[in-house]
Amino acid sequence: MFKVLTMFADKCTGCLQCEMACSLENEGVFNPAKSRIKVFEFEHGKRAVPYTCTQCEEAWCMQACPTDAIVINKETGAKEVIDDQCVGCKVCTIACPYGTINYNTSSGKVIKCDLCGGDPECAKICPTQAIVYMNPESAQAAA
Amino acid sequence: MSWQKKVLRIDLSTGESFVEPLNMEWAHDYMGERGLASKYLYEMMDPKTDPMSPENVLIFATGPLTGTMASTSGRYAVVTKGPLTNAIACSNSGGKFGAELKFAGYDLLILQGKSPKPVYLHIVDDEIEILPADDIWGTSVWNTEEWVKTHHQNPQLKVASIGEAGENGVYYACVVNDLHRAAGRSGVGAVMGSKNLKAVAVHGTVGVGVNDPKKFMQVVKHTHQLLADNTGRREMTEQGTHAMIDTMQEFGGLPTRNFQAVQFEGTDKINPEASTTPKANGHVNLLTNKACFGCTIACGRIAHIDKEHFSIVNRKEYWHASGGLEYETAYAFGPVIGVDDIDALTFANYMMNEHGMDPISFGGTLASAMELYELGVLTKEQTDGIELKFGNPEALTVMAEKTGKYEGFGKELALGSKRLCEKYGHPELFMGVKGQEFAGYDSRALQGMGLGYATGNRGACHLRHDTFAEDMEDQSGNGKAIPCKRSQDNTAAIDSTGLCLFTTSAWGIEEFAMQIDAACEGDWDAARLKQTGERVWNLEKQFNLAAGFTKADDTLPKRLLEVPAPSGTAKGKVCELDQMLGEYYEARGWSADGVPTAETLHRLNLS
Repeated sequence: MFKVLTMFADKCTGCLQCEMACSLENEGVFNPAKSRIKVFEFEHGKRAVPYTCTQCEEAWCMQACPTDAIVINKETGAKEVIDDQCVGCKVCTIACPYGTINYNTSSGKVIKCDLCGGDPECAKICPTQAIVYMNPESAQAAA
Repeated sequence: MSWQKKVLRIDLSTGESFVEPLNMEWAHDYMGERGLASKYLYEMMDPKTDPMSPENVLIFATGPLTGTMASTSGRYAVVTKGPLTNAIACSNSGGKFGAELKFAGYDLLILQGKSPKPVYLHIVDDEIEILPADDIWGTSVWNTEEWVKTHHQNPQLKVASIGEAGENGVYYACVVNDLHRAAGRSGVGAVMGSKNLKAVAVHGTVGVGVNDPKKFMQVVKHTHQLLADNTGRREMTEQGTHAMIDTMQEFGGLPTRNFQAVQFEGTDKINPEASTTPKANGHVNLLTNKACFGCTIACGRIAHIDKEHFSIVNRKEYWHASGGLEYETAYAFGPVIGVDDIDALTFANYMMNEHGMDPISFGGTLASAMELYELGVLTKEQTDGIELKFGNPEALTVMAEKTGKYEGFGKELALGSKRLCEKYGHPELFMGVKGQEFAGYDSRALQGMGLGYATGNRGACHLRHDTFAEDMEDQSGNGKAIPCKRSQDNTAAIDSTGLCLFTTSAWGIEEFAMQIDAACEGDWDAARLKQTGERVWNLEKQFNLAAGFTKADDTLPKRLLEVPAPSGTAKGKVCELDQMLGEYYEARGWSADGVPTAETLHRLNLS
């Protein structure tokens, strides 16, 4: 079984270090607007909830892609976008029921979490262990 | 990199906007945020300008580290001439707005003139719109933020706005961003209101780059770890600044009933323990902690008010969570007005955030009004039928709302303590410096704090120096001048980086320097940061001297200089300001009249 990015929302303080780590890894600059992971706030700031692609088995984004630009990384199980093949048609963004694959206006292609090749930056930087990259059994036990 | 090297300047009188290159010579001399904006202000306007006139300049400034992975990188400052003080004002804030402004591509947002009609700014990267604010003028900060996000169908917008207090020129109105973070002091929100500017809404997708990403991330990993391992940081995460109330109570430095006492008998009803202890009906005040942008400390408090409390029992709109008590709010709604009802304090805090006011100045003003009331100078007829006595929680909750909405006796409290006390013939009851009310530390118990208050460029302030260690160790005026000067300079430097002062339990000036050095072009070491801080301090001083301030303004109320502390560890002591002040001017390289010498100015490249 592949390791999974697990979110513990009750530990999240909403600091957005994860969004910055993600954008630095993928865009080379600190830019939460282009982060693959997002932290949402609810109830006047009472709750902050990190959220990204669950690497779901059905992978509707992958199934919907007309150019086969989304493939499974056999090492990590991540569904990855191959930039050279993506034509920016956005069909995947409609297919995804979770809204975790998004169009990047500056590159003209879609972006999504690729688990950083098996060493996710967001989990490494999170100061409160609200984001942990762990075995699915442990994740289920923790939940 | 790390500076965006762009300034967005808007003339609100004409509706024109200009994107201009950042003056990099100034950036290298003043870094960013507080320092750089002060330089722009000093160069752009006559310090004698009426703060509420269109000629005043209002600057929103980020620092070079704002919007980076350095911890606490969410800071921005609002710099202008303050109406409360008539001195240079610099109020900084956290939340997410500052980083968003930087992500949109700007180091500074400079606002000049006055819009003929109420407007707000809508900025998405290089798209800049000045839009009519008819639908939100006259409404609160909270309504404004919600309206703007809904109107533009963009929840990613970050909003800094004023409430009714700023619109109506409450002398200590603030700018509130992200619902409960504020550029709080000196009335910067009133300046925004005087320009007919309701809000700045911004979304940025440009991002922030650093000069040497690899080196920067190595340094950041180190500085993150220092914070993670630090005991002071852990206390801040768990209790916020609120924990200070127990320390000050025990020490006898907790200003009570307008500084008539230095210890408050009700402290244990409003301290951190009280905020986590269930009441008889099960209500617990504190819900969780909350981080500003990029912050690995997360000292912010999120609380809620007991639904059965008199302040909100019939007002469901306040049955939600919001910003909770920190030390200064607990002090300003608690000891200094003698109130020990934690729900009343929390409600007052909601009012400050919702309507946009500085809690410290509001609490200080209410405290002096209560003393005037108890002296019989103010009567119940004048105070809208409210018993304005020390200890009355209803006086707090009602007056917080009335002042925020600029109604009834709130219009008098809107004057601030100095103007109020002068108006009613008792100027000696104003507890503050240069028109600005004291924070929650008594200068008789904390001597260096007294010196810092007296010499603060924005008036009385606890965040412009740090002499706690010296003050707690020795309660005389001896040896306070040099640490005061040194920490004022360091603080000015830190306030110019884009990071938060609350990291200093774990970081020295060296840690700030190594982060700046990796992020920015040029060579930055601790010595350069310290000198930058000293330059910023002296520039602010130059502004104030040109505005008309003299040595006579570097003083404290007689109550602190002549009336001994009635209890606590400093019982019998007064503040030894005279002695400290002479030593301080000398340490600064200023004349005996508190004016920087030509040599000092030359040394700091200020002549």
